[in-house]
Formats: sequence, structure tokens, C-alpha cells
Amino acid sequence: MLKTLTPLLWFLFSAGGTVAALLFPVHLFVTGIAVPMGWLEAPSYTSLLDLVRHPLARLYLFVIISLPLFHAAHRFRYTLYDGLKVKHLTALIVTACYGTALVGTVAAAYLLLSLP
Amino acid sequence: MSDRVHYTLYHPKWYRKPVSVWWWLERWPYTKFVLRELTCVPVGFFALVLLWQTWALLEGEVAYQRFLTRMESPAFIALNVFFLGGILFHALTWFHLAPKAMAVRIAGRRVPDGLIVFSNYVGWIAISAIVVWIWMSR
Amino acid sequence: MAETITLTIGRYRPEQEAEPTLQEYEVPYRKDWCILDALNYVKDEVDGSLSFRWSCRMGVCGSCGMMVNGQPTLTCAAFLSSYAPGPIKVEPLQYFPIIRDLVVDITEFMDKLKKVKPWLVRGEEKPLSEGEYLQTPEELDSYKHHSMCINCLLCYAACPVIGLEPGFTGPAAIALAQRYNLDSRDEGSAERLAAVSGDEGMWQCTFVGECTEVCPKGVDPAGAIQQYKLTGATHWLKSVLLPWGSK
Repeated sequence: MLKTLTPLLWFLFSAGGTVAALLFPVHLFVTGIAVPMGWLEAPSYTSLLDLVRHPLARLYLFVIISLPLFHAAHRFRYTLYDGLKVKHLTALIVTACYGTALVGTVAAAYLLLSLP
Repeated sequence: MSDRVHYTLYHPKWYRKPVSVWWWLERWPYTKFVLRELTCVPVGFFALVLLWQTWALLEGEVAYQRFLTRMESPAFIALNVFFLGGILFHALTWFHLAPKAMAVRIAGRRVPDGLIVFSNYVGWIAISAIVVWIWMSR
Repeated sequence: MAETITLTIGRYRPEQEAEPTLQEYEVPYRKDWCILDALNYVKDEVDGSLSFRWSCRMGVCGSCGMMVNGQPTLTCAAFLSSYAPGPIKVEPLQYFPIIRDLVVDITEFMDKLKKVKPWLVRGEEKPLSEGEYLQTPEELDSYKHHSMCINCLLCYAACPVIGLEPGFTGPAAIALAQRYNLDSRDEGSAERLAAVSGDEGMWQCTFVGECTEVCPKGVDPAGAIQQYKLTGATHWLKSVLLPWGSK
């Protein structure tokens, strides 16, 4: 079953990689460095919540969480194969990698849909 | 004369050199490749941070404040700086490799790789600027 | 200028040793000699038992591929002067079973090549009376570089996936499959996709990119494989999302 899904997994890997390449540098810089260091002002809680309520913002957040998770899962799986030569642990690796991505995707979907 | 012809197949001892698990340290291009692939760790990590941020935001002001405070801890800032390096390495290698996957042709002539890489960078800077603008305008 | 240069050559005599060894030879250092000339000097003047493959000595037959200082190289195209003052390490092509000295067994590659059907596949052949297949310069341009492959297998020696998964179809075979897919005269894309999408097909490729770096003919197998992946993934999505669409 995994064999038939391979093209889809590669597609998600590509899409996730593009999303991560274009958007993660700026998001990480703002959320992880600029705001904690005080270089940029964090918006107020209520205005941020208002922004996230917008359906496009919800879709945006879902995309930038879910796709990079699949990208990372796919790449990590192959890095384990190539780097540690653990192809014989395929079943475990596949479950752990894509399973994490799937759990993260479902969690993101649930959160973003349950917002009033 | 025997009426049964008997052939034996002599198979020479072909030698297959075993591939060490440290194959990627033997040549710099291989090492660079593995480092590139390992950028998936900061990517996955930050995706989970975004998930955490979203959860905290939806959980309430107290939870969100706790998220912001955690982000301010020196450990997290150091980690984020290190991971930013990794994510930038991912972005740079991605923009350089993506054109190879697409043979873009305009009016029958193949678009040179350099042009596609350049437009990737332009798009990247533009989109980053838009994100910062949206963030700052709140 | 030095008189001689040292070559450290990989030897393997299955009838007398269990593992490959290295043997040093001094060869004259001539400015116009390539490594193949040095190997032929060794065989003619020093040690007639040295075995290696070569043919055209001008970089078009693909026979003389070997590891020179750890890099897959055509020995007829590598000059002694580039490696001076030496010593130069010459070993058999990586990731292939070694038959003897510098000779490797490429049977596996030949099987992989056959699997991808590297020939024009057509539903119906045009009769001679209808004349030639016409192709514009743009159509030729789209696959020409992929057609330059001389099957030298330097790309296989450079590909770590081949080293880790010997069953992987490999750069040259997939690039040649793509060469025919892109050929406007060909109608066999679906058949090839089935062969290359399998267990040991293109999805095992992790785009290391070394195959393109070492290719002496500019075939760009890495690019061919990534484009093929995109075609394959798009085809899969279409077949899932639009199953009623025509193939």
C-alpha cells in the first residue's frame, strides 16, 4: 500500500519543502528571534486572535504546519535509510515518520476548525 | 566416448566491496548532501512550534503568554538561531535545486537555470516582506 | 619536471587472494599522457598481468571508467599532469562487483537498462511510404542531452543509493528512459512509467546530484530523474483525482 502512495508522499515532500523554504525563514526569525529579543513588537493577543479567525489565515496556518511536517517525515525517513542503513526497520520508520506528520496534521485541522 | 556430456559452471569469485555506514564522510559532496537532508529536523521542529503557537493562541491569553515567555528563554533563542541557520540552508539549496525538476520552456526556448533561481529568490523576499507587513500591521 | 610518477593501482586476482590489494608502479611522466596511457605502459613494459578495459581512448566508448583518487573518471580523459606530482590511485569503478584488477561486472546494469525499454515504442509503425518522422529543433532540444549517454557508468559509481541499494535502477537507465519519454516520436511513456515507478525505481533517488557532476557527456541524469518524478507524481494525482479522464 505504501508503494502506491509513493508518488503522493513525494508530492507532499516537494510542496512542504517549497512552503518551508519560502515561509519558514521569516516566521522563525520573527517568532523565534526578533520578538523574543524585543526587536519587533508582538501584536496584542486579541488582534492576533482576530487575524487567525479569518478563513484564509486558518488555511494558511494549516498549510504551513501540515506540508512541512510531511516534508520532514519523508526526508528523515530516507536520511535514516541512507545515513544509518536501517532499511530493514522500514515498517517502524515509516509508521513513526508519517505517523507523526499525520497526527500533527489532524491536530492542526482540529484546532483551526474548532475556532469559533 | 561417454554419451553424457557434463558441464560445470565455474563462477569466478567476484568481490563486492562492503559499503561503510560512514560513506557520507568520505567525500565532501556526500557530507554536504547529508547536511542538506538533515535540515528536515529544524523544519519538522519548527512546524511543531507553529502547531504549539496555534494551540496556545486558541487556548487563551494565559497559554499564549506562556508560549511567548518560553520563546524568550536563552535556550530557545540559541536553538532558534541554530535552527534558522539550518532552515536557511534548506531554503538556499531548495531554490538552487528546484529548477532542475522543471524543464521550463517559454516560446520553445529553455529558460536558463540561473533565471529560475533568481526568480525564486525574488519570490522569497517578496513573500517574507508580506508576512512581516501583515504581522506589523496588527 | 619529474621523470616519473607513481601509480597506485588496485589489483585483485581471485585465484590467489580473497580481497583486493594495491600495487605501486613507476611510470614515465609525459606531459601528453593520460592515465590510460600510463596503464597501457604498465601492461606493455612492466606487468603484463594487469587487466583493465579500454577501447576508443577518446571519451566516446565508455569502457575505461575507473576511480582515480576516489573520483569516478574516464581514464582516457584524465591527464597525468592534472594529478602531478602524484601518487595517483587508480581503482576499479565503485559499487560494482570486481572481476579482476580494474575490471568490474556490469551485468546488473545491462538488465536494468533492458527493463526501461530504451528504444522508440510506438503503437503502430509508420509505413515507409509515408516518409520520415518529422521533428522540430525544439523537440530535439528537449531530449538531446539525455541521448548523449555512453553507458560509462561513472554515474553509478558516484551514486550512494547504488552503493546502499544495489537493486536501484540507477541514473543512466532512468535518464535513458526519460530520453525516450521526451522524444516526440515515442508513445511508450506509460509502459516505462510502470517499470520505473516500481520498488527499485526512481522514487529511491534522493537527489544527491553527484551523477550529474561526474557525467563526462553532460547527460544530467539527476535533472532527468527529478523531472520524471514530477511527471510520475502528476500522472498519479490525475489518475486518482480524475479517474474518468483519458490516459
